[in-house]
Amino acid sequence: MESIIIAVIIVSVIGIIAAVGLTVASKLFAVPVDEKAEKIRECLPGANCGACGFSGCDGYAAALSKGDTTDTALCAPGGNETAKAIGEVTGLAAGDVKPMAAVVLCQGHNINAVTKLEYQGVKSCRMATQIFGGPKECIYGCLGFGDCVAACDFNAISICDGIARINPFECKACKKCVRTCPKGLIELMPLEETRAAVLCKNHDKGAVTRKECKAGCIGCMKCVKVCEAGAVTIDRFCAKVDYTKCTGCGKCHAECPVGAIDVISLGVKA
Amino acid sequence: MKIFLSILLTAILTENFVLCKFLGICPFLGVSKKLNTAVGMSAAVIFVMALATAVTYPINKYLLAANDLEYLQTIVFILVIAALVQLVEIILKKFMPPLYNALGIYLPLITTNCAVLGVVILNITKEYNFAQSMVNSVGAGLGFMLAMVIFSGVRSRLENCDIPKFLQGLPIVLISASIVSVSFMGFTGLVEGIFG
Repeated sequence: MESIIIAVIIVSVIGIIAAVGLTVASKLFAVPVDEKAEKIRECLPGANCGACGFSGCDGYAAALSKGDTTDTALCAPGGNETAKAIGEVTGLAAGDVKPMAAVVLCQGHNINAVTKLEYQGVKSCRMATQIFGGPKECIYGCLGFGDCVAACDFNAISICDGIARINPFECKACKKCVRTCPKGLIELMPLEETRAAVLCKNHDKGAVTRKECKAGCIGCMKCVKVCEAGAVTIDRFCAKVDYTKCTGCGKCHAECPVGAIDVISLGVKA
Repeated sequence: MKIFLSILLTAILTENFVLCKFLGICPFLGVSKKLNTAVGMSAAVIFVMALATAVTYPINKYLLAANDLEYLQTIVFILVIAALVQLVEIILKKFMPPLYNALGIYLPLITTNCAVLGVVILNITKEYNFAQSMVNSVGAGLGFMLAMVIFSGVRSRLENCDIPKFLQGLPIVLISASIVSVSFMGFTGLVEGIFG
């Protein structure tokens, strides 16, 4: 009988000591919760995509609350609504978020692009790139193994005919795919505005490009000459459009002999 | 010195907690998908194992064994370890936020892990003294880390494989875990061979 009593006493005493200790510790070492950061956090979409440049939504909320940044327009997925909500909580001026969406700048699908080898390795763009730049003749083009599809948190990317395509209605411009693509083919473009886009990144000389892909930019300079806004430049045998200068007139598109330039209005339903 | 080294190697290789004793299988299967989470979890396990041993050893020696209450080991140890880990979590949150952010989410997961309870009880059944117990728990934690790191590598390979449909998911993970476990049988007799 006595041993049972001792056992009960010992276990109860240990339990009480632990309970009291934890209560005291939680009061003593309580970390003050930043209420402002919590409120800002509620405004954010909670995608934790890192487009703002901080470690997720909590990081951005903490930085805004502490005054590390005063820019309320960093949240691309939230857009203007979130910037406004943050502005109300913090008293900072609501920044203007320019809606953007990512675009894959390649048209080297199964019909256009020529393949040089049959790749049977791991189905990953990063792996395939290491073997002679990938299975396609063009070493700049999209490989279509879907590293960007895996990186996208919003299911905006799919592989069509061997190349990645991004749905601008789903894209939140978090830039995860931009960082993931081993070929650097994905760029952000302004949403709901008509812009010319060069859907090619091939820097080979024109004659070489012709053999690699039917839709490759050959650097013929026709688009540069026809552009009235001076938005198109040629960099190492490949045209590039400055989206801030481009007016979306479509003359370069009409002039392009290979169809590498397209006029697109992202996020506008046809 | 020789005995410490022998205990350490035994705990890591020949009597690996996960692969030979089959303790702590839950985090082994649950958190081994990615290398960085596997390392974070293992670091938390090493930390908690060492801490739990440091606290439970004196409790057993001066409180339980002194009163012939060894049969209370399990319940008392669970109580003490759980309270202790909670306390450490609170203190870490206050004074070492970076460490809390690194270990924080894994600490509550392992408060009542069988590997943690297993190591403190095995220390007592093997009749180790305090220093030997500490070496054994750190070794057990390191062994856990080794198993986790190896297996996260195996799993990242599995992701890229064309697995038959009936084996997809947990079945193939369990099969590969058993193969890794069998490979650890190769260490049998290693420590006896080195230290005689």
